[in-house]
Amino acid sequence: MIMAAPKISQDILLNRESMNIENEFPCFECKDFGLYYGSAQALNNINLVIPEKRVTAFIGPSGCGKSTLLRCMNRMNDLIDSVRLEGKMSLHGEDINAKSINVAELRRKVGMVFQKPNPFPKTIYENVAYGLRLQGVNKKRVLDERVEWALKGAAMWDEVKDRLQDNALGLSGGQQQRLVIARAVAIQPEVILLDEPASALDPISTLKIEELIIELKQNFTVVIVTHNMQQAARVSDYTAFLYIGELIEYGATDQLFTNPKQKQTEDYITGRYG
Amino acid sequence: MVYQDIGQHISHQFDEDLESLRSKVLNMGGMVEKQVENALEALIRSDSSLAEEVATSDYKINSMEVAIDEECTHIIARRQPAASDLRLVVTVIKTITDLERIGDEAEKIGRHAVKLATVERTPTYFSEIKHLGEQVRKMLHNSLDAFARMDVENALKIAQGDREINEEYDAITRLLITYMMEDPRAIKRSLRVMWCARSLERIGDHAKNICEYVIYTVAGKDIRHTSFSQVKSELADLEDE
Repeated sequence: MIMAAPKISQDILLNRESMNIENEFPCFECKDFGLYYGSAQALNNINLVIPEKRVTAFIGPSGCGKSTLLRCMNRMNDLIDSVRLEGKMSLHGEDINAKSINVAELRRKVGMVFQKPNPFPKTIYENVAYGLRLQGVNKKRVLDERVEWALKGAAMWDEVKDRLQDNALGLSGGQQQRLVIARAVAIQPEVILLDEPASALDPISTLKIEELIIELKQNFTVVIVTHNMQQAARVSDYTAFLYIGELIEYGATDQLFTNPKQKQTEDYITGRYG
Repeated sequence: MVYQDIGQHISHQFDEDLESLRSKVLNMGGMVEKQVENALEALIRSDSSLAEEVATSDYKINSMEVAIDEECTHIIARRQPAASDLRLVVTVIKTITDLERIGDEAEKIGRHAVKLATVERTPTYFSEIKHLGEQVRKMLHNSLDAFARMDVENALKIAQGDREINEEYDAITRLLITYMMEDPRAIKRSLRVMWCARSLERIGDHAKNICEYVIYTVAGKDIRHTSFSQVKSELADLEDE
């Protein structure tokens, strides 16, 4: 009898890039990170590394702390008085909660987009140029270039190039959301945080946003919070599952959605959580 | 490691869909088993009418395959299954292909049995075939059982049993070669018996595939084209985690 041939690595066979967090460059790093709202603990002992130029998704039921964790990444929680942190969160090795950190500078590096599109009641052009003007960029030629670049990056240049002076509030919800992403992209951040970016949009706009997210990772690290598990499965490279303030499982999206290691993850992604 | 029932879906309909899928596969498995059983019976007893029946009723199995395939497509489209649900659906899609092929092999045995029933009885051939047939039937039955229970341990054992079937098949081949060398007039008959043995051996291979899918469903490990020692150590690693 001919014995079975030794196993060939299927990754090599299929010429597939194997996703492994250990082979990535770290961007954000959480070490024993915890957060309290007053006496209530919202995040408990979170340890994870967010890789650079990848899409990382946070999933979990409402109130599990995924948005809280995302908001910690550009210190949005500073605005809430009762918040207390423990452990460490660092961006490229630098503790972002250290006293020496300039919060405005951190937020320039780490942009954020919210669930509801929130364009300024200005023209499309001014919306995208706003952050640049704040930075002191005033040359029209430079501004024109950057606005075009950002709008192209947000995959909406062709839709709006002839109406840049129209009011941004006249755009559709999906367009507004992409405009807001363009506004975040314009100042060339390192990281873009997306908090439920497509939950208020119709399916076609949602797909456009997802397409955009995949393009964004060429230049930026993307972290996305989503309630839509299929969306996380479609766009992300890595997925973290949080449950009641704890990180239950974190791994390559392909693995987490086909063969999760934890029963809680399994229950949640197969719709058995209740 | 035995399949753990990890509770109900929030959607009852989804539970029912998956349950109906599983029971349909088992139904199809039962039909296939019956076909194999009848084919062997017809061959050994030279029962040409039973052989005829086997040779002409494969269409039922084929139509079941098509129906189950369609149901799987609907589940994927409507439910977007993930994790163990996804693995189950993928397993079903593959399992029914193997079951359908087993049905084809039974049909082939049936056809040969019709021809063999008309010629002079040659009982010496059939005692060997009978033994091989029993082994294959048992393996098929056990692999369907492992599927029903999602029992990894047994699936692995059953899959290993395929080796014995291959050995038995080789022995029959050698035996038939000696018959043919002794008496060239026996060549026609011997070749027919040979084809039947070949079909049985193929059925064993398909049963082994089903066992491999069971392991994939439960443990999430694709063990096709790997050696058994590798599989064992990988499964042990999984249990340690």
